[in-house]
Amino acid sequence: MLKALNIDPGKCTGCLQCELACSFENEGVFNPSKSRIKVFNFHDQGRFVPYTCTQCDEAWCMHACPVDAIKLNKGTGAKEVDSNLCVGCKVCTIACPFGTVNYNSATGKVIKCDLCGGDPECAKACPTDAITYVDADWTGLDKMRQWAAKTDAGQQATH
Amino acid sequence: MAWARRILRVDLTKGTCTHEPLNMEWAKRYLGQRGLATKYLTEEIDPKVDPLAPENKLIMATGPLTGTCASTAGRYSVITKGALTGAIACSNSGGFFGNEMKNAGLDMIIFEGKAKSPVYLFIDNDDCRLLDASDYWGTSVWDTEEGIKERHGDPQIRVASIGVSGEKGVKFACVVNDMHRAAGRSGVGTVMGSKNLKAVALRGTKGVAVNDMPAFLKAVTDGKKVLAENAVTGQGLPAYGTQVLMNVINETGALPTRNHRDIQFEGASKISAEAMAEPRESDGKPNLVRNAACFGCTIACGRVSTIDRTHYTVADRPQYQIASGGLEYEAAWALGAATGVDDLDALTFANFICNEQGFDPISFGATVGAAMELFEDGVITPKETGGIELNFGSAKALTDLAELCGKGEGFGAEIGLGSKLLCEKYGHPELSMSVKGQEFPAYDSRGIQGMGLTYATSNRGACHLRSYTVASEVLGIPEKTDPLVTDGKAGLVKAFQDATAAVDSAGICVFTTFAWTLEDIAPQIDAACEGDWSVENLLELGERVWNLERRFNLAAGFTGKDDNLPKRLVKDAAKTGPAKGLTNGLDTMLPEYYELRGWSKDGVPTNETVSRLTL
Repeated sequence: MLKALNIDPGKCTGCLQCELACSFENEGVFNPSKSRIKVFNFHDQGRFVPYTCTQCDEAWCMHACPVDAIKLNKGTGAKEVDSNLCVGCKVCTIACPFGTVNYNSATGKVIKCDLCGGDPECAKACPTDAITYVDADWTGLDKMRQWAAKTDAGQQATH
Repeated sequence: MAWARRILRVDLTKGTCTHEPLNMEWAKRYLGQRGLATKYLTEEIDPKVDPLAPENKLIMATGPLTGTCASTAGRYSVITKGALTGAIACSNSGGFFGNEMKNAGLDMIIFEGKAKSPVYLFIDNDDCRLLDASDYWGTSVWDTEEGIKERHGDPQIRVASIGVSGEKGVKFACVVNDMHRAAGRSGVGTVMGSKNLKAVALRGTKGVAVNDMPAFLKAVTDGKKVLAENAVTGQGLPAYGTQVLMNVINETGALPTRNHRDIQFEGASKISAEAMAEPRESDGKPNLVRNAACFGCTIACGRVSTIDRTHYTVADRPQYQIASGGLEYEAAWALGAATGVDDLDALTFANFICNEQGFDPISFGATVGAAMELFEDGVITPKETGGIELNFGSAKALTDLAELCGKGEGFGAEIGLGSKLLCEKYGHPELSMSVKGQEFPAYDSRGIQGMGLTYATSNRGACHLRSYTVASEVLGIPEKTDPLVTDGKAGLVKAFQDATAAVDSAGICVFTTFAWTLEDIAPQIDAACEGDWSVENLLELGERVWNLERRFNLAAGFTGKDDNLPKRLVKDAAKTGPAKGLTNGLDTMLPEYYELRGWSKDGVPTNETVSRLTL
């Protein structure tokens, strides 16, 4: 079963444990500025929104890369950056419509979410289940269940 | 590892910024944040210095866990000689500023001297500069923060700043970071203002490592599990925030009301967590929008609130018709019960103004309560208040004074003196509900006896965060004690004081201790830091810090006579509730406390105690 990150901003408290976990997995230290996932704080609306790569099938970044440094991991569906090939041209950062591929000036390469090889640390670190790793074909299942529970259809049968 | 091992010294008089290595010998004895910065401060300033003189210093300090993935590990503190108290001040704040400071490779920033004109400190990792702040002087915390981010073209900058109240010398001004998180008490923002320092803006991308990463990750994961499974930190605080206490403390008969004239507030339920969740008539939405976390916090007790758009405070002011920092328990109590005001929207508005202009809602609300008593007693009149009818229960008086105090104008400037100076000015010092010049927080020590000793002996003046015996006396954490008796409270207070001083020196939030004991915390610190950080060593560290602070205060001129409570609490019995007929039994607790502390009968640490703690 292919899995995908599923983000529910309504559950996010803005604690940044996901950014800590992501940066630790990728950099070996706690450094939110190097996280592949970012939490945005729309403070005057009281909204926190985690945002990261959604692993497009026809990924703009992958198609745009002139040296084929971004490759599909068939096991996870992730589009992964091969740092040995990346030349830091940043064309992928322009191509991505969502801004989730970014340049890291410390290494001269780009960084993006690679789903941690199929066991994403952000999802494990999230204390409120705002980030979960679920069946890619059923990312809407939880929301459907919540709405299903609110309908009154079927109540008659129980009487 | 854990420590960045580097501090920044900023000489505001000369306009210089210089990095120095952290004194690791001190770090291994005082850990960080509260303990370590107090060590630096007490070594570097004359305890008798005027808090507002250039010779006073102000330190911003992180702990060794700050910036790591330990739960709540984003804290920083501001340490100085307090403007409100003249005692040692250490005010702790969450938000995201502490983490950013650590990522800029800084354990501490020491500010000394006074700038000739308003400046702000800008830090981009190793690049540290004092920049002209004249564009921001005279503007609010909120405008300053947004203005600085815009000027540098970087929305990821974190800012800690003072509002107009801090510039104008309001004695209980805060340093506010991330819009509505504050190093709130004792007037640390007033000291910052006296130095012509408007803000610190920083960006740090260096990363934070710890000593033994595998052991640290295990200890941190274990700790998070304990927090998640605990009823207070896993359910109560995220759902209701600290406001979960409003009805509980009222029922306990320990909710100070109308300047401590009463001990229960008939309007408590209207300003409680439950009221914040209740849909209002005008738009069907509740006051509470959602909960929010500080950096790394898996509890998330923070409140995000809105004010009813039809309310008089905001009806024609769209800038306040936003979601912003909502009421915490202490603020709701001070703005509400202490003044007798039960209008939730008015309290929320006053809280917004406290954040926007950077002043402490506890001291503000309590001082308004004292002024209301002076007004009702006829000591002050509309002539003094500029026409404000300052009666208990007046929401309009409260919100008008919040705006005036935020600007340091009119009678708001007199409220900005704090209750001690205000009541002295009008000839009734006994009406100031304070210790060492700092106003009480939200627990009446007639109904919770241990809190009387907590307040009387707190090194920064009356404070609940120095030994929160409410946990034991009301909530039964870690074990239940009777709030109405003095027996055993001296030992309880000392134990809480020492443990809390250790927690405050680590970079984590004291709210974790609703679930965590030092048994949960020690493995996290021990794995992160070099050295042996067992429970025993942390307790000794806490005791060392406590005595260090005490000795500073004694050298500053305080004596055992200042370990005292206002007459009202030790002479006037509670009128209602479980504590009806009781006063606080400080006299019976204090001598036992001195003895347990290894202090003389006058409250001075003995030579034996000083050498035992290697002070």
